[in-house]
Amino acid sequence: MLELNDIQHFLLARTPALAARYEFLTFREPSAGREWLAGIIDKVGTGASVGTASPDSRWVTVAFTWNGLRALGVDESSLATFPEEFRQGMAARAEIIGATGENHPDRWVGEVASSALHAIAILFASDAAERERCTLQHANYLSGISGAGLLSSLDLEAIPPYGCAHEHFGYRDRLSHIAIEGTADQPQPGSGPAIKAGEFFLGYVDESGLQPALPQPETLSHNGSYLAYLRLQEHVGVFRDFLRQQGSTRDEQELIAAKLMGRWRSGAPLVLAAVKDDPALGADMQHTNNFDYGRMDPLGYACPVGSHIRRMNPRDTAENMQRRRLIRRGGTYGPPLPEDAPEDGVERGIAAFIGCASLVRQFEFAMNVWVNDPNFKDLGNERDPFVGTQDGTFDLTIPRRPIRKKLVGLPAFTTIKGGAYFFLPGIRALRFLAGIR
Amino acid sequence: MKDKDWTKPEAMAIPKEGYFTLEKGRYGPTYPRTPACHGFTIIAKIKPGTEEEIRNHGKRLEEAVKGSPEVLAPLQLHYLRWVLFDIGSDKYFMYQGIFDTDFDKYTEDAVALFTQTGINTIFEKLEGFPEDWKTNAPAFIKFVREHQWPSFLEYGEYPYVTAGEIKKALRLKKAFSEMLDQMQ
Repeated sequence: MLELNDIQHFLLARTPALAARYEFLTFREPSAGREWLAGIIDKVGTGASVGTASPDSRWVTVAFTWNGLRALGVDESSLATFPEEFRQGMAARAEIIGATGENHPDRWVGEVASSALHAIAILFASDAAERERCTLQHANYLSGISGAGLLSSLDLEAIPPYGCAHEHFGYRDRLSHIAIEGTADQPQPGSGPAIKAGEFFLGYVDESGLQPALPQPETLSHNGSYLAYLRLQEHVGVFRDFLRQQGSTRDEQELIAAKLMGRWRSGAPLVLAAVKDDPALGADMQHTNNFDYGRMDPLGYACPVGSHIRRMNPRDTAENMQRRRLIRRGGTYGPPLPEDAPEDGVERGIAAFIGCASLVRQFEFAMNVWVNDPNFKDLGNERDPFVGTQDGTFDLTIPRRPIRKKLVGLPAFTTIKGGAYFFLPGIRALRFLAGIR
Repeated sequence: MKDKDWTKPEAMAIPKEGYFTLEKGRYGPTYPRTPACHGFTIIAKIKPGTEEEIRNHGKRLEEAVKGSPEVLAPLQLHYLRWVLFDIGSDKYFMYQGIFDTDFDKYTEDAVALFTQTGINTIFEKLEGFPEDWKTNAPAFIKFVREHQWPSFLEYGEYPYVTAGEIKKALRLKKAFSEMLDQMQ
């Protein structure tokens, strides 16, 4: 049984937040970190508390880098039992995930690549006003603890239209949903069976049928997860210019946008709606994932093999899919760019967390292979059109009859502006870290 | 890679470390694709008295592939060569595989398949193989990497051609001959 009252809610529940704030924290001495943590544990939501009590207006999550665990006083012999990729941190492994060139950690903002980054406090709020209230409260709390400080922060807000989540390019977001075995969640049709809890939470059986060894002590690791944080700037002006270059009519542009993503901007998947958008399908969670590739679209005539969703979740066309699943949380930051406005140079994008039990097997695999392997599925010279490391030298092939269309030299629609690996401890572990016995 | 000329045989001398420039993969340096594709040569001492069991496993794998010809497909192999040989009074096992994927990329899939097909039982007979490999894929992978000896020369008579491309060409040839036969 999942210990829902000990697991932080973050990967278990999608909260109805329209605003958020990430605060990146540093502790100059262990006592400062422990004092800060001790005062915040009671505000952290659990899998049991979130969504059952009276409607919440804010949801708090806290997580730590490996340097942060050390800064809180975890001893070296325990620190050594954490997996190598977590100990090294994302910046040291940037090449593996494709954070090179313009995406290199040297260019990241907010000091997240620094060894001084120790913790993150993630606030999801019902709206911007509630976020401001909590921000002020936390600033007051933090100012009372000498030795604890804010390295940087990021405010996030949903962008209109508000009926459902979108990102800045205009695509409907949050269409995939992972059901975890042992929770009340049911898998959506087409999404495959529920995933064993050990793929996301430490201390449980995973899809290998076994329970991997835990970092020590178990009080610290049990019910924990790893989070990969990515701040991804979206170059909306570049994206819209590209669509205009590739398509002379609105319909042609929308089709190109759909071929890049694998879904229409409404969310309707190309496998089920190959020639014409179907917004009702995009919004229907019982049907919008109900498709496969191997049987329904093996050659990619509907959904190109190199499109974003077919790379990020190849469904029936990859091995060991149950061991490669990821839970994504996060939202958009920066002001939306009005439809007819030219690029204004303001940074906007997605800042998200990818949750899993093994960063190297799940997150880094997805980035290294699915996203950035130019020869994924024998494509030869392609990378994920949105998340891949693009520098104008990679293509996207759109299979078509009688002759395929090749988009040559895709521009970078996004740039990684920050990233880090965090450990998301359970509540008992937070108490252990805070020195509460 | 797509533009490599398969009609021109090619040899590649490889530096001692096994790569030309260090490119970090998830589990260590990645090795280049050569005219003889990707591959590895793993050499490890076997535990005393296990030779017979290892040899018997050859038969078991033969039967597994006979029963289910696609069983090793995810490894994208061209060839496997398993060899037992002596150094002094010790017995060593060599596992040489030629395949089309970068081992670092699909390494966990390979480990899963080794388990499925029982290839792991051979690894268990090797000295130094981690006992907790079932729940510790990184340790399994570390063992493989520590026992991998990079080639210093690789040659391809038809360089850089994948198994998929060869099979496609042979299918085409077969279809073409059948067509010619039917036109008689």
